[in-house]
Amino acid sequence: MSFDKITNPLKLRHLVGDMECDYIYTAGIAGEKFFIALRDEEKFLATPCKKCDITYLPPRMYCEQCFSSLEEYVEVPTGGVVDTFTLTYEDRDGEPLDKPVLVGFIRIENTDGGIIHQLGEVDFDSVKLGMPVVAVFKDKSQRSGGLTDIEYFKPK
Amino acid sequence: MTIKRRVAVIGAGITSFRRRLKETGKELSYHAAKMALDSAEMNLSEIESVVMGTAPDAFDGIHMKSENLLDGAGGTGRPYTRPFVGGGTGVFSPIAGWWHVASGLFDTCLVVAEEKMSPVQPHPQTAFRTIWDPITTRPLNPNLVWIFALEMNRYMKTYNIPKEHIAEVAVKNKGNALDHPSAQLAAKITVDDVLNSETMVWPVQRLDISPPSDGAAALILCSEEVARKYTDAPVWIDGVGWSLDSSYWTNRDLVFPQYVAEAAKMAYKMAKIDDPPKQVSFAEPYDPFTYKELHHMEGLLLAKKGEAPKMTAEGITQRDGKLPICPSGGLLGVGNPIAAAGLMKCCEAFWQLRNEAGKRQVDGAETGVCQAWGDLMQVGTVTVFRR
Amino acid sequence: MSDKMKEVPGVYLRDSELKAPDAIVFKSRPNAKYVWTAGIAYSGYLEAFKNGKIIGRRCRECERIIVPPRMFCEQCFRSTDEWVYVKDTGTINTFSISYLDADANRIEEPILVAVIDLDGASEGIGILHIVGNCAPDDLHIGMKLRAVWKPENERIGCVTDIKFFEPLKED
Repeated sequence: MSFDKITNPLKLRHLVGDMECDYIYTAGIAGEKFFIALRDEEKFLATPCKKCDITYLPPRMYCEQCFSSLEEYVEVPTGGVVDTFTLTYEDRDGEPLDKPVLVGFIRIENTDGGIIHQLGEVDFDSVKLGMPVVAVFKDKSQRSGGLTDIEYFKPK
Repeated sequence: MTIKRRVAVIGAGITSFRRRLKETGKELSYHAAKMALDSAEMNLSEIESVVMGTAPDAFDGIHMKSENLLDGAGGTGRPYTRPFVGGGTGVFSPIAGWWHVASGLFDTCLVVAEEKMSPVQPHPQTAFRTIWDPITTRPLNPNLVWIFALEMNRYMKTYNIPKEHIAEVAVKNKGNALDHPSAQLAAKITVDDVLNSETMVWPVQRLDISPPSDGAAALILCSEEVARKYTDAPVWIDGVGWSLDSSYWTNRDLVFPQYVAEAAKMAYKMAKIDDPPKQVSFAEPYDPFTYKELHHMEGLLLAKKGEAPKMTAEGITQRDGKLPICPSGGLLGVGNPIAAAGLMKCCEAFWQLRNEAGKRQVDGAETGVCQAWGDLMQVGTVTVFRR
Repeated sequence: MSDKMKEVPGVYLRDSELKAPDAIVFKSRPNAKYVWTAGIAYSGYLEAFKNGKIIGRRCRECERIIVPPRMFCEQCFRSTDEWVYVKDTGTINTFSISYLDADANRIEEPILVAVIDLDGASEGIGILHIVGNCAPDDLHIGMKLRAVWKPENERIGCVTDIKFFEPLKED
C-alpha cells in the first residue's frame, strides 16, 4: 500500500520556526587559567604530561592518553610554525566576505598542540608550510579573555 | 534467550551535582571516569571500550556533544558509542555497556554519563521548547511541565490519591539525600512545606520538582573473568530491559507507564524474578517529580496499580522499611543532571550491594533495581543488579 | 567506596560569577532556523483546520480512527486507509492549570490546558489544546468541551485556528 500523494504544491503546508537558545559557556578549570594568562599577561600556558611526553596546548586538566591528572602549567612561546593554512571567502552563514580571510593552524613551539587563527601582515602567496609566526596581541584594554585577544599571527 | 556471558560492575565514580559547575563537560566526565577507575584500581589502558550517555545536545549547547566529551571520558583511540533515550539514558548507558561485554566483543567497558544544563540561558526550559511536534503542539507554546502535570492529574484522580501521600516522596528523598556526598538539594522538609510551596503548573508545586543540574557519573563494567582478578565483591548486572511507547502521547493511557512495565518484564525475565516485591531488596526508580516515583513503582510491578502512594504513606519505602525506594535521595534530593542522574542511581545500587553506602546503607541488600524514564514521556529503561 | 568519599569533585559556580564582567566565559546563539514540512498527513490536518474542521485517518485493521492523522498506523504498521472527519467537541481526559509560560517565567493569569478526547475519534484518542471561557475551579476530568474557532478570514491552517475549547453547555 502507498500513501496518498499531494499534487498541488499550495496544499503542502509547512511551519516556520527556530531552535534558538542563548548560551554562556564556562571555559572550565584549565581553560580559565589559559585565558586569564592570555588576557592579563600576554602569555601562553600549556600542561605537560610527563608520563606520555605530551605537552597540551590549549592546556587540559587531564591527559587523554594515560588519564593522569595534569596540575602543572608551563609557559611556552607565543608563536610557532604554520602547519597548514587556507583562504576563506564566506562567513559562517555562507555569505560572501568583503575581503577573503587568511586562516592558519599554527603549531605552538614546545607543545604538541596549536591554535587556529588568522594570519596577518602577509599575503596568501607568501605563506609557506613551516613558516615561523608569532602572535600579535590586542591592546590590553581590548582583551577580554578569549582567542580574539590575539589579533593575528604574523611572520617572525 | 541465551546470554553469552555474565557482566560485572567493579568500580563507580561521581561528581558533585549542582545547578552550575565551573568545569567543562569534558572535565566533569574526567572526574567521574577517573574516580571510577581509581576505585577499581584500574588504568585507562585496561579499558577496551567506552559508552557515553548524555542527553539533549541543546543543554550543553554543543551539537553532537558526545564527540566533544570523548577525550574526557577516556574515549580517545577507542571504540566509543553514545546511546541516547532522553532522560532514560542514565540507566540505558550501562545497558549499552552490558551489550559490549555480554556479547564477548570486549572484556571491559567504561560507562560515563554527563550533563551540563547550566549553559542554556535563561533557563534549561528554553531548550525544551524544541522537544514538541512543530506542527501539532509547538504553536500552542507549551511548557514542558504541562505534560507532567497532565499525567499527574489523571493519575491522582483515577485513584483518588491525596496530595499529602505524594508530598511524602519529596520529604523522604530530600531527607535521604542528606547522606549523599553529591547532593544538591538535600534538606529536612515536611509535607506541609511541599503543600505550601508555589504552584507551578497545577497540581505540580515547586517542591514536587527536581532541579536542573550539572554533573557526571561513571561505572566500570567487565567480564566475570576480569572481575575476579580485581575484586572479591563484583556486582552483577543480572537483568536489562528497555521499551518505548508512542510519541502520540495524547493518544495513550497516562495512568499506567506501560513502557516501564515492558522494560521491567524484560529485565525480570532475564534476572529470573517472578515476584518483584518479594525478590527485590531496594529500588531506584526515576523521580524527577514526586508522583513519578509512585507511577514508576507501579510500572516496575513493585506495587499494585494505585497502591504506591499508600505504601509510601505507611513508611514501607523508607530506608529501613520493607521495600526501600530511592535510598540515595533520588533526583529530588541529589539532583537531576539528566543522563548522569540515572547513572547516579546505578552507582547507588553498586555501593549498596557492596555494603559501601555508609549512612545510606539498606540492610541485607541483595538485589537492586534501577530505572530511568524520558523522551516525550515514553521510554522505560531498567537494570537489575545483584551481589 | 562512597562511604569513604568525603569530597566529590566539582567546583560550584554562582550565577553572578558566570555573569561577572571579567568572567572567562563565551556567549553564543546558534543561528538555527527551520522550515518544517507538515508532510502528507499533517498537511491534510492543517488544511481541514483552515476549513474549520478536524480530520483524522482510519486504519481498517485495528479499526481505530486516529487524530492527529497519520499515513501509517503505528500499531499495525501498515498504511492507514481513509480520511475521516471527527467532531470538534470532546471530553477532558486530563487537564492542568499553568502558572508558567513557555520560558518558565511566572504568569499571573494561568493558562488552562487539557488533553481532549475527541468525539468521533476512537477511545482515548485526544489532542492537546487550551481551554478558555472557564474558571480553573470548574475544570474536571470528564467535562465536555467544544472548539471555539477563529473567523474564517483569520484561519491560516494551523492548530491555533481553534482559539481554545470552551465548556459545552448541556441543554
